[in-house]
Amino acid sequence: MEEKKSSSRDYRSLLKKVVFVIIITAITPTVVVSMFILNEFRASYQAKVYDHMELLARKHKKNIDMFLSEKLMDIGWLARSNRFEELSNSVFLNQKFVELQRAFERTFVDIGVVDHEGRQIAYAGPYDLFGVKYSDTDWFKGAMTKPYFISDVFKGLRGAPHFIITVRHEHQGKPWILRATIDFGEFNNLVEYLRIGKSGFAFILNKNGDFQTEPTSDVNPDELVKVLKGDNALNRPSSIFRHKNQEGKEVLYAITTLKNGEWIMVLQQDVDDAFAELNNAQKIALLIILIGSLGSIATAFIVSNQLIKRISMADEEKHTADKEKEIMSQQVIETGKLASIGELASGIAHEINNPVAIMIEEAGWIEDLLEEEEFKEGENLEEFCRALKQINTQGKRCKEITHKLLSFARKTDSRIAEISINALLEEIIYLSSQRAKYGNTEVRTQLEKNLPPVFASETEMQQVFMNLINNAIDAMEKTGGIITLTSKRVGDNILVIVADNGPGIADANLSRIFDPFYTTKPVGKGTGLGLSICYGIVKKIGGDIQAHSVKGEGTTFEILIPQNTEADVPAVGMKGD
Amino acid sequence: MSIAKILLVDDEKPFVETMMKRLKKRDVDVAPAYDGQEALECLGQDSTIEVVIMDIKMPVMDGMEALRAIKSKHPLVEVIMLTGHATVETGIDGMRMGAFDYLMKPCDMEQLIAKVEEAAKHKRQHEQKIMEARVQAITLRRP
Repeated sequence: MEEKKSSSRDYRSLLKKVVFVIIITAITPTVVVSMFILNEFRASYQAKVYDHMELLARKHKKNIDMFLSEKLMDIGWLARSNRFEELSNSVFLNQKFVELQRAFERTFVDIGVVDHEGRQIAYAGPYDLFGVKYSDTDWFKGAMTKPYFISDVFKGLRGAPHFIITVRHEHQGKPWILRATIDFGEFNNLVEYLRIGKSGFAFILNKNGDFQTEPTSDVNPDELVKVLKGDNALNRPSSIFRHKNQEGKEVLYAITTLKNGEWIMVLQQDVDDAFAELNNAQKIALLIILIGSLGSIATAFIVSNQLIKRISMADEEKHTADKEKEIMSQQVIETGKLASIGELASGIAHEINNPVAIMIEEAGWIEDLLEEEEFKEGENLEEFCRALKQINTQGKRCKEITHKLLSFARKTDSRIAEISINALLEEIIYLSSQRAKYGNTEVRTQLEKNLPPVFASETEMQQVFMNLINNAIDAMEKTGGIITLTSKRVGDNILVIVADNGPGIADANLSRIFDPFYTTKPVGKGTGLGLSICYGIVKKIGGDIQAHSVKGEGTTFEILIPQNTEADVPAVGMKGD
Repeated sequence: MSIAKILLVDDEKPFVETMMKRLKKRDVDVAPAYDGQEALECLGQDSTIEVVIMDIKMPVMDGMEALRAIKSKHPLVEVIMLTGHATVETGIDGMRMGAFDYLMKPCDMEQLIAKVEEAAKHKRQHEQKIMEARVQAITLRRP
């Protein structure tokens, strides 16, 4: 029992080890390779997203720069191709303004000519801005310093966001300015409709953080400018970086400068959105790895379980084979022992039989002599006769003993004779009474009277019943019990039943009990030959032997002996002719 | 009148002596021999011996060897094997070599005499047949 528990523990521990090794060897490479691939994929995808953002930023910077330069060139051409006197005439200017609008639709909101003191001396456009003085405005101050100038977006006198582009020329040594207001909506469209993914958009800021276009979503320009300054992005023509905003959302920014670094175009997109495809791919990859790993674990368990089962079965078979081998070699030894004992018994039988024969002959001789007249009248004649008879009886008993020794050596006298089964059974009960007494076993009989004689070898029949009774005594050795011998006539046959109330025989063993060398007795106690010899003897005389057993209740052997005539029995006849 | 002339062969001298006394008391004509060699000599000297009762296990020449020699030199003499450890195998071996039967020691006197009578009867019938055959042969040869 202990051995079985410990071996079951060994198998469990082996199972754990095998499962562990299979899981580690199956999953580790998958996980490592997957992580490596995912990492590479992430880096490559990030590079792709960054490149895309930068490309968009560069493209739009180019568009905006081109738009602004075009407008500057337009009014530059207007200023160059007309004289100051003509342009400062509002009627002429209005005529040119109409031509511009015709050519560029609504891009130009108005145009005006401003003298060196900042006064607008001619104006064409929808507002009443003739004579307005701009000398204190930032854009005028800027415009006076540069031949071409673009202002920041501001609301100004008209109260709507706009910006101004100017060209500076001189008339009679004094500078004057041709200014044009650019339609904010037209400019804003250049940036407003730029969309990147689901959450991406673009806007333009100046260096102070003032919006130059209207962002489509809420943006905190101050925070952004702070970040840009911190990142030194304003001093680089373009840059790309991530930043977590105040709401805790990570945002990807692509920055590029416009208007010689005065304006900054910002493309922003939520990181989650920018990397949505990567995240999805990662999720799918992780799911596949997870399913694969679970599959590997399940396979590891199934394969290991089967493996361990096979190992345990093989061990069990080996164990059984070893045990059978051990029993077999024990049986071979026992058989060898028997053979030697047989040889010895045969020798002893001869040595004893010779002196016994002499004793019996001598007794016979005395008996012969007593027949003579002179002894017939002796007063002790009767006593002599009794003593001689006793010598004769005891001599025959010696003969029986030597025959039993020979029978043990299986060199029995198998001569067929007419025997009485009941007498035979009673003799056997007498012979085994000592053994039964020591085994705490009671032998009972239920013998039917007047049974017909049977033709069989007496010694062989003795051997059959002796074996069955000895087996029953052995089986009940520890507990004791009752053996019942029954004989009865069944049709033309005689049935002998040897029943015990011992522990019984398991069903699995019952079918094998007549096999040679099969024994359930402990090693060294039985040869496994007894019942097989019984079977052989009973079958030889044309009879039958059957065993029935109920575990815990006892075992019954039924021996059917046919009522043969002498000629029916296939034994060796000793007659001379 | 003796039932037959017997030669009793056994190396156990007391057995032979007592057995002889008992047989003689029953008017059986019996001669002793104490090994196979001696038995052969007796048979050579006394042609009236009809039945030999012989032990198997003996010194000088054992029963089986003596049986072979007897059957070769005196084929009409019947031999009953007597043994201390009779077995089917030795019995069969003996009978294959021409023994009439075998008996186990110790044996019952009445059983022994019955066997001897049977053997003697068998021998005489055998001799009778041979005699008849010879007479027939002589008769046929006469013109």
